[in-house]
Amino acid sequence: MRVALPHPMLAVSAIVLAALVWAGGPSAVLAESAEEAGLRIATDARERQKGYGNLTANLKMTLRNKRGQESTREVRLKVIEVEGDGDRTMFVFDRPRDVKGTAFLVHAHKNEPDDQWLYLPALKRVKRISSSKQSGSFMGSEFSYEDLSAVEVEKYTHRYLRDEACGDFQCTVLERVPLSEDSGYSRQLVWLDQEELRTIQVQYFDRRDEHLKTMVVDEFAQYLDRFWRAGTVEMTNHLTGKSTVLNWTDYEFGTDLDEGDFTKTALKRTR
Amino acid sequence: MKLLGQIGAARLTLLAALLSLLISVPMATGARADDGFVEFVEVTGRLSSETRVYPETAAHPDQRSHASGFAAEATVYMEDNEGRSITITPFLRYDAGDPDRTHADLREAFLLLYGDIGDDEWELRLGVDRVFWGVVESRPLVDIVNQTDLVEDPDEKTKMGQPMVHLTWSGDWGALELFGLTGHRERTFPGRHGRLRPGPVVDRDLTSYESSAGEWHLDLAARYTGSFGPVDIGLSVFDGTSREPTLLPTLAGTELVLAPYYEQITQLGLDTQLTTGPWLLKLEAIHRAGAQNRRLDRFLQYEEEDYAAFVAGAEYTIYAVWDSDADLSLIGEWARDGRGRWATNAFENDVLLAARLGLNDEQSTEFTLSVLESLDYSSRVLNAEFKRRLSDSWSLHVQSYAYVGIDEDDAMYDVRRDSFIGVNLDYNF
Repeated sequence: MRVALPHPMLAVSAIVLAALVWAGGPSAVLAESAEEAGLRIATDARERQKGYGNLTANLKMTLRNKRGQESTREVRLKVIEVEGDGDRTMFVFDRPRDVKGTAFLVHAHKNEPDDQWLYLPALKRVKRISSSKQSGSFMGSEFSYEDLSAVEVEKYTHRYLRDEACGDFQCTVLERVPLSEDSGYSRQLVWLDQEELRTIQVQYFDRRDEHLKTMVVDEFAQYLDRFWRAGTVEMTNHLTGKSTVLNWTDYEFGTDLDEGDFTKTALKRTR
Repeated sequence: MKLLGQIGAARLTLLAALLSLLISVPMATGARADDGFVEFVEVTGRLSSETRVYPETAAHPDQRSHASGFAAEATVYMEDNEGRSITITPFLRYDAGDPDRTHADLREAFLLLYGDIGDDEWELRLGVDRVFWGVVESRPLVDIVNQTDLVEDPDEKTKMGQPMVHLTWSGDWGALELFGLTGHRERTFPGRHGRLRPGPVVDRDLTSYESSAGEWHLDLAARYTGSFGPVDIGLSVFDGTSREPTLLPTLAGTELVLAPYYEQITQLGLDTQLTTGPWLLKLEAIHRAGAQNRRLDRFLQYEEEDYAAFVAGAEYTIYAVWDSDADLSLIGEWARDGRGRWATNAFENDVLLAARLGLNDEQSTEFTLSVLESLDYSSRVLNAEFKRRLSDSWSLHVQSYAYVGIDEDDAMYDVRRDSFIGVNLDYNF
């Protein structure tokens, strides 16, 4: 019986094909470093949040200390996207009563420090403030200024770690390291659900690389058939035992806000 | 004069009535109404009880050693469905020790309109309003639109309402503001029984103006503000009735009193801040023409002297100081007035050094210590402040001033024995 040897051309083709398949298939993962994968996923997650235009929302913060005593903060937010730059955000404080009417304007930038102004209604004074205060507490809560600002991909280096289940979701776990020296963190571990790339959980490590805080995000709702927004976010400080819960309500997209509503002049008339 | 007094009393009663009405509105906070014009109504405000103790024997006769009383301020804000709004804020202070410190003021009563002009925006404020200009901490230098409500606080930072037309045009290039101001407000001064006053009492019945139009002179002002990366800049010009009166020694009967006299002045102002990392670098400078200095000539008249003045300084903040959540801000400012010893204020050549510790805790606890040191005299003013929120509505503010080694030639000589400690308990609603 003659054994049919493979036609040399066929054999070559098979090898080329196999090489092609190999190159285009698993090798894409193998060739892509953990850093490249991390950046790709983080960029994708950020891209999915873009294009919403503007929004307004109400935020209630419940601060809880170790003994379980609670106090609340109420803030209204307005956010607008700016093409080719970071978002602009206006925070207006309603509670506690002594800071009622205080407003805080942030012009976020991707590759340079943010611009921030504070409006003090008792003095009618607009004060430019330093954006170095990233690690400071926001209104006495467990959230720092940097925890509440939009996560711009350019402000971190990323690394893909692993895939694993997280609650009801299947998650991708990334490590991100802040580039800013003003950041209070050495690194953060981020759990993103694989389907929608929503942030499900973040673990924050302080400058001594101790696990300082954990943020858990829940009660997602989808707006404009596209944008996922959290209903509750809980931040627990493992060193102090204190925690803060954010309750987001009254999300409105596509309002008639424009960039003129995010200027120093607008800051002074904000109620 | 008597008529003026009656108008004053009537205004006080009217404002007090308005205020009590506002406060008694059963917490219409944030109420939405569907009837026509008003879509949103909000009432907010503060009731404040105050006690001040002056431990040193008074320098002038009849002065009390304490002041106690209360202040009330309420704001009603009404907005229609197109964003047009009306804001009304009456204020009332009652002081048991000094009848002249008991006063009412309409802090705000204005209509606000705004809209787009292409990519830019316009805003119009019509009525009584307050406007703040400036960046430094030691003294309000550039700030000139509103009169100082001096009896409220010796730091001159509390301002009275001012009738105005205020038009703003803003875009990504900055903002240009134009002001038409009339109905000049007189500066308040402590009365005979009050502390923190000149030796002779200021008699506001003897107020006079350089302009024949008196308080109804039309003052004009313009201001440009812009932000360029880390730099915020403000340029301003004011032409009209001075907010700072010259106090002319006058005989009223047999008593020597001081008569406020308001000149016509022109002031150019610059205020700028560079914000870089933890550093804030600040500068305010003015040139004022038409005002009088503190030098009496041989006819017992003050000299007119054009002058320049500036405050330059820096603020440096250490975040998460001592490995805590607290921020520590260190402030250094140098204030200079070109008139030197004939300056009409205490900032002829002074340095302010201050430290402010913000704990960033749930109660927003804040401590401030400062010293204002005269470089020309031996005078020194120490200030210590403590602020803390007690609950959602209540907050505490303790403040103490100490006047140390005040030189006889210093403009502050009259208040040399007026060191005090004050405790304010505020209810915010």
